[in-house]
Amino acid sequence: MFEFESIVFYFFAFLTLSAALGVILVSNPIYAALFLVLAFVASAGIWLLLYAEFLAMVLVLVYVGAVMVLFLFVLMMLDINIDTLREGFWRYLPFAVIIAVLFAAEIILVLTNPKFTSVVGDASAALTDDNTRALGSVLYTEYLYPFELASVLLLVAIVAAVALTLRRRINTRYINPATQVQTKPTDRVRLVSVTKESPLQFSSPSNDKKGKTSCPD
Amino acid sequence: MIIDAWVTELLLPFLGDYAAWAGTFIDLMIKIVAIVLPLMLCVAYLTYAERRVIGAIQLRIGPNRVGAKGLLQPIADALKLLLKEVIIPAEGNRFLFVIAPAISLLAALIAWSVIPFSPEVVLADINAGLLFVLAATSLGVYGVIIAGWASNSKYAFIGCLRSAAQIVSYEIAMGFALVTVLMASGSLNLSAIVNAQAGATFLSWFWLPLLPMFVVYFISGVAETNRAPFDVAEGESEIVAGFHVEYGGMAFAIFFLAEYANMILISALTTLLFLGGWLPPFDFAPFNWVPGAVWFIFKICFLLFCFLWFRATFPRYRYDQIMHLGWKIFIPLTIIWLIVVGLWMRTPLWLW
Repeated sequence: MFEFESIVFYFFAFLTLSAALGVILVSNPIYAALFLVLAFVASAGIWLLLYAEFLAMVLVLVYVGAVMVLFLFVLMMLDINIDTLREGFWRYLPFAVIIAVLFAAEIILVLTNPKFTSVVGDASAALTDDNTRALGSVLYTEYLYPFELASVLLLVAIVAAVALTLRRRINTRYINPATQVQTKPTDRVRLVSVTKESPLQFSSPSNDKKGKTSCPD
Repeated sequence: MIIDAWVTELLLPFLGDYAAWAGTFIDLMIKIVAIVLPLMLCVAYLTYAERRVIGAIQLRIGPNRVGAKGLLQPIADALKLLLKEVIIPAEGNRFLFVIAPAISLLAALIAWSVIPFSPEVVLADINAGLLFVLAATSLGVYGVIIAGWASNSKYAFIGCLRSAAQIVSYEIAMGFALVTVLMASGSLNLSAIVNAQAGATFLSWFWLPLLPMFVVYFISGVAETNRAPFDVAEGESEIVAGFHVEYGGMAFAIFFLAEYANMILISALTTLLFLGGWLPPFDFAPFNWVPGAVWFIFKICFLLFCFLWFRATFPRYRYDQIMHLGWKIFIPLTIIWLIVVGLWMRTPLWLW
């Protein structure tokens, strides 16, 4: 009899691998991005099996909920011609094969290293209790400086990205909502008192004995 | 758990070792149905309430013909939508077009698994409940994006782009507001957050120390659910019906259900995080006789009424105003209040 966990694990592992294959095999970039989303969700499931609930939730929250949404946002607006992307496939193939072999060799070297397995064993053993709290207490005490350094680096990256892409267009009209809200009726409407000239004689229909309409057009 | 044991015993001769699984599975299914079925009923009657309330605000009558006082109107509407044809655009993407409403509804329902209705009454009492809710609600945007793209229509596409930008923007302010809640309560578990608000009166709930966050969270919630005045993703006066313009019949109805389920979810979360969940407003005689779930539902109803009230009161925001409010007002405000709460909690003046 299978363990329930192993069935769930194989389900998520199959989903992750097939979605990851989908990312690189489909020709439509939107499908590729959606497959990547599926791969993220499935790997979040695997992390949940390892009791790493914080990592799993943050993966879904940050990568699926924000990063991939922006990715899709950009991809959907780009006018991507798949034929031009395929040009020069045979010319670049040798380089691609060399890089692929290099990556494969690196992965095999890491995975066959006996040190690697022992590290994984220790990590999953430490993650069994309330690891969100544990992660927070370690991150803000022991690893405070690396953590702050990483956040400052990210901030610099944000500032740089904004500085590179920000352009002020001259002829756009911008309305400040604060001034818009502060307007008073007197700024918009000027009430003018008009001097009356000979007032019209109105009479109600019941008093109208002559049968004439009392209002001129 | 009683059902669990009973089913296991019943199935033991047929399934052997797998009977325990089947027992757990059936037990879970029953609990899920016990949450989803009343929720769907609430959604149906929320549409009725919306039409009646907005009708009253606008000095109209609203639906009053089907059943007594129009009470069968939602059922008539559902039947009508069931019988209508689902049209799939010829040049659109068939598969994505069909699963988009399902994703929308899934994201609206999945977060209910961690919502505590009263003490101990919760499907999954996980210790990172708040994170789970945040992650689950962030999936909802995919329904809108995929629908807009798969429809192969310009209006739907503009609606989906607007919605994507808006939801991503407001999620940041929402996340920061939640950070202050978990600072004040010291837990990510939703039951523990409610228990941290326990006290003699409603003044011990988190809405008071976190008042700006309460406002930011609720307004961001209105923006996240694409409700008026943030409904530019639908924008019926400019882009027809936005992302669901190509949908008809049941496919449209599922989007509709998802929107209303999301409204109820945001109201439930606001209640749990800021308005003390199932806690009574005064912890003495007549008030604490009322069961907790009743107070919980009462508070949700009040917030839902606010949703409807906003819709009838405010004109739709212009798109640049939405972005201005989200990025330049809410996010700085939440960051400042984060620091204020952090400093406040270190002083003896913190009473919560």
